[in-house]
Amino acid sequence: MAAGSSIDALGQFELHPVLGALGESLRFSQSPLMMIIASVIVLAFLYVGMRPAAVVPGRLQAAAEMCYDFIYNMAVDTIGAEGRAFFPFVFTLFFFILAGNYLGLLPFSFAFTSHIAVTLALALMVFCLSIIVSLKVQGAKFFAHFMPAGAPKALAPLLIPIEILSFLSRPVSLSIRLFANMVAGHVMFDMFAAFTIMLAGLGLFGDVIAVGPIVINIALMALELLVGALQAYVFAILTCIYLREAVAH
Amino acid sequence: MDTDKDPSAASFDQRLQQARSRLEKPADTAPDKDMGRGFSELGLMLRAGTELVSALIVGVGIGWGLDHWLHVRAVFLVLFSLLGGAAGVLNVWRLVRPDAITDGDSGS
Repeated sequence: MAAGSSIDALGQFELHPVLGALGESLRFSQSPLMMIIASVIVLAFLYVGMRPAAVVPGRLQAAAEMCYDFIYNMAVDTIGAEGRAFFPFVFTLFFFILAGNYLGLLPFSFAFTSHIAVTLALALMVFCLSIIVSLKVQGAKFFAHFMPAGAPKALAPLLIPIEILSFLSRPVSLSIRLFANMVAGHVMFDMFAAFTIMLAGLGLFGDVIAVGPIVINIALMALELLVGALQAYVFAILTCIYLREAVAH
Repeated sequence: MDTDKDPSAASFDQRLQQARSRLEKPADTAPDKDMGRGFSELGLMLRAGTELVSALIVGVGIGWGLDHWLHVRAVFLVLFSLLGGAAGVLNVWRLVRPDAITDGDSGS
């Protein structure tokens, strides 16, 4: 955090071994630890929520069913009937990212979605899946999409590279969006928290002004709750859109 | 048990059939786009910037890589930066064009 008058806003993203000597020897950092916690929370939520299997659901079961319905509708509405096959994948992606984003907001926690290595891996998984599905469903016709229909043949040397670059930019934009949003949010938290500490060192007058950054941080927390859900949603809906194109004939 | 005497049992198959056909329906009808509309419009806004930049990053990356590999100084970097910029504009156009909501952002 803030050491003296300097602000180390990026230090929070450094990985350190956790869990003592065992974590040290396994190179086990906060990032995988938080991933495991996120997965366990999502699985526990679904398991505990759905265990009663009541016809009239309780609160937790209703929440679990709403989550299921939300993603199910998103997958089926966007992809079409084939969306049911990809529903588990989209569901897992959405809740893994959502849990990661929200876990990162807790004190002494770590947002694994703030590392480009994690988000790029997720995005490449989606990208590779959509290519595999495209090739399986459309076969060689998949490559015909790189030439826009109705365009003059003479423009092909220009249009095809642009279309290919546009296609290749998908995993990059998917990963950068999530990563940049999470990093920006956490850097802002750190900055304003550091302002509070720095202002508090200025005596009575500083103590009064130091309330300002705290208020801003509270507002930022509300914003981050929105951004966390929104980014998970955008990631999931784009996965659905890419898969829709893949299954379209 | 004595399900035959249950008055609702006769119509159970019927209702099951109805429920099944309700589930199957989305396959035939046009996709319902109202769900999460406000949410996705907010998402759309946040997407535009990264779509533009990411295509440029890919273009510059490929151009730099080809230069490095073929030992030609900056020919491909210049070429692919321009193509990447164009691809970025294409990405944004697909996002905001009038038929983007109903047609998705597919170029094909």
